[in-house]
Amino acid sequence: MNPSQQSLQVHPTTYLVGVALAVGSMIGLLLMAKAADPVMAFHGLVFLLACVSGVFLLIHRHYNGANTRAVSWSGADATGVEYNDGVVKAGVIASAFWGVVGFLVGLIIALQLAFPELNLDLPWTTFGRLRPVHTSAVIFAFGGNVLIATSFYVVQRTCRARLAGEVAPWFVFWGYQLFIVIAASGYVLGVTQSKEYAEPEWYADLWLTFVWVVYLLVFLGTIWRRKEPHIYVANWFYLAFIVTIAMLHIVNNLSLPVSLSGTKSYALFAGVQDALTQWWYGHNAVGFFLTAGFLGIMYYFVPKRAERPVYSYRLSIIHFWSLIFLYIWAGPHHLHYTALPDWAQTLGMTFSIMLWMPSWGGMINGLMTLSGAWDKLRTDPVLRMLVVSVAFYGMSTFEGPVMSIKAVNSLSHYTDWTVGHVHSGALGWVAYVSFGAMYHLMPILWKRQRLYSLQLVSVHFWISTIGIVLYITAMWVSGILQGLMWRAYDSLGFLEYSFVETVEAMHPFYVIRAGGGALFLFGALIMVYNLWRTARGDLRDEKAQITASRPAAGRPAVAPAE
Amino acid sequence: MLAKHEIVEKNSTLLLVLILIVVSIGGLIEIAPLFYLESTIEKVKGMRPYTPLELVGRNIYIREGCYNCHSQMIRPLRDEAERYGHYSLAAESMYDHPFQWGSKRTGPDLARVGGRYSNEWHVAHMINPRSIVPESIMPGYPHLATTPVKTDDIAGHLQANSGVGVPYDEGMIDAAYVDLMAQSDPDADGVDDLVARYPKAVVADFDGNPAFVSELDAMVAYLQMLGTLVDFDSYQPEENLR
Repeated sequence: MNPSQQSLQVHPTTYLVGVALAVGSMIGLLLMAKAADPVMAFHGLVFLLACVSGVFLLIHRHYNGANTRAVSWSGADATGVEYNDGVVKAGVIASAFWGVVGFLVGLIIALQLAFPELNLDLPWTTFGRLRPVHTSAVIFAFGGNVLIATSFYVVQRTCRARLAGEVAPWFVFWGYQLFIVIAASGYVLGVTQSKEYAEPEWYADLWLTFVWVVYLLVFLGTIWRRKEPHIYVANWFYLAFIVTIAMLHIVNNLSLPVSLSGTKSYALFAGVQDALTQWWYGHNAVGFFLTAGFLGIMYYFVPKRAERPVYSYRLSIIHFWSLIFLYIWAGPHHLHYTALPDWAQTLGMTFSIMLWMPSWGGMINGLMTLSGAWDKLRTDPVLRMLVVSVAFYGMSTFEGPVMSIKAVNSLSHYTDWTVGHVHSGALGWVAYVSFGAMYHLMPILWKRQRLYSLQLVSVHFWISTIGIVLYITAMWVSGILQGLMWRAYDSLGFLEYSFVETVEAMHPFYVIRAGGGALFLFGALIMVYNLWRTARGDLRDEKAQITASRPAAGRPAVAPAE
Repeated sequence: MLAKHEIVEKNSTLLLVLILIVVSIGGLIEIAPLFYLESTIEKVKGMRPYTPLELVGRNIYIREGCYNCHSQMIRPLRDEAERYGHYSLAAESMYDHPFQWGSKRTGPDLARVGGRYSNEWHVAHMINPRSIVPESIMPGYPHLATTPVKTDDIAGHLQANSGVGVPYDEGMIDAAYVDLMAQSDPDADGVDDLVARYPKAVVADFDGNPAFVSELDAMVAYLQMLGTLVDFDSYQPEENLR
């Protein structure tokens, strides 16, 4: 089949997408003209510009696209399949960009808690509006782009099939970026549903739903084309992530807009039902977005990097089904001792504790994959990052069940302990496994011999590890301290501390936490530099790396001399 | 049995359907009963929908992300009851679309902050928290005092709430604008009607500036009603064990 002949014809879907973009432009224009509030007018303009850019991209693709498929957007391997790697490359770039943005906003709001003057007392710069920017940027913009990019890469390799559709994967990529821009600009301008990790308003939610359905179809469509009879385990996790996030997103965001041309809507559910729906969503944003999806990454990249097969096939089957079954029940542990009926709290706690087992099943499967290849940890800092991510996963999935026990939760809830727990998972597990995958992908996608510098990967690893340790230990101390201060009584039976005294006591830990965050951000900037130099094709002369990671001179070497 | 897993691994549709079934069970069993078990929401006296001004204030509370640092959910623990008051009931948030229970107390719980401080305290505190509480790390919101509330679509907001089940009647929706204006003007003609429609509504020129109804008026009106509606003298905790 001659690729140039194929792409010179105008495919019917190209017309369809063109018409859809024209309709989209009209909707954007209409929203601008008829908007009930200025933010909707602004978002109408953003949507209009996005659709017009889409039309230009489509035309550009038609006239210049004849050879792109064969040359710059594809990478064929020994199997002869022409993989679509252009969208994966874009995903890696977007991940690095949004990662830095998300970490930076995180550092800013951490500093605001230590030094409140930094809120500037302007409407757009307060902690309340910036915190959702941070959470959405790291979870959905950074994490989401990593998941989209790696899932598109992994599903092609493990199915030995080209990604389904030519325009559709690009629509998923750009449509998702548009969602991020609309969501984040909305928060800064005061548009939010106030549901944590589901803050975007109804129109952004509708748009994401549409993009997500196309994502599912591209992913499934690629599986349908597979030349391998078996669907590889990483793809089970990716599929569970895509499908479950769709279900959670739709149900939790059901709402009634005040006007079709306005930003504000009212949630369909109220009070206790709304609370449990939200935390059913919220905990499974952790369970399926930040766990199942990233386990998909682990199941491909750890064996690849270690050049060892997955430790246990049976364990992967058991841990997959039990993980996705149990996770869904865990939401009520966010609502211990609240007005949620006790039976629901007890159910949530029970299942959260049970969840420890499949979580560690995944950890064991990941770590034991290194059997016989542990020595690589000394020479390959990328593998070190991947393996330490799995260790952090094990740590925070042990801490989680402990905190879901009602007696522990009565102390930890509402305090920084929760924040520390989230970050040991988010920084240690999610970000590290993402960094490992990005470092691994970079030379492959850009067809370079290797990364620009493995030493810089090592520097990144150590700086950010120190950052994580500072972060989570500061939050453990501040969380437990504040929890104990709230319930402390003096000898006369009165509460010992006023609330603001407990706030004051947090200050040193907030400063340490911000320091940890700054180190983590600095590490990410080192990574961006390294990735950029790799893309340029530069290679740092690093023969020293191998000797440097050997036992230092003066200490006896365990291994025999070469 | 594990050997049969091969069947699932070779059939993507089967895999998809099985995943959907497995991930649906937990939510169905935990969430669905909350909608039909009558014991879920306690029987109480005093709950009413928000007045239009309180609703506007609540929307500002949401817009500014106050829930990121303030919970509205007092747990039945000794220290919390002594610090904040009676533990929160499910009934107290039955008209909250969405709920505002929160998940973090960087600042104190606000479930029963209504009536605890004067309007003047709130106004000064919102404009510059450290002028009242020097150790506070809360941002200041001086712009609320200078921004007039958006009044033209208030009936639409009540209508939308009614659409999701809040018992606003026709009269309340028709009078939304009048009620909104009356609550921040103790001399207005509509005050009696407002209080008849919304018992216990606090009427005051909250921010001390009679020139216009500011976002600060709305915010303080909302804060001053939080946790004040339920009549705890007639509440029977034994009958509401869940």
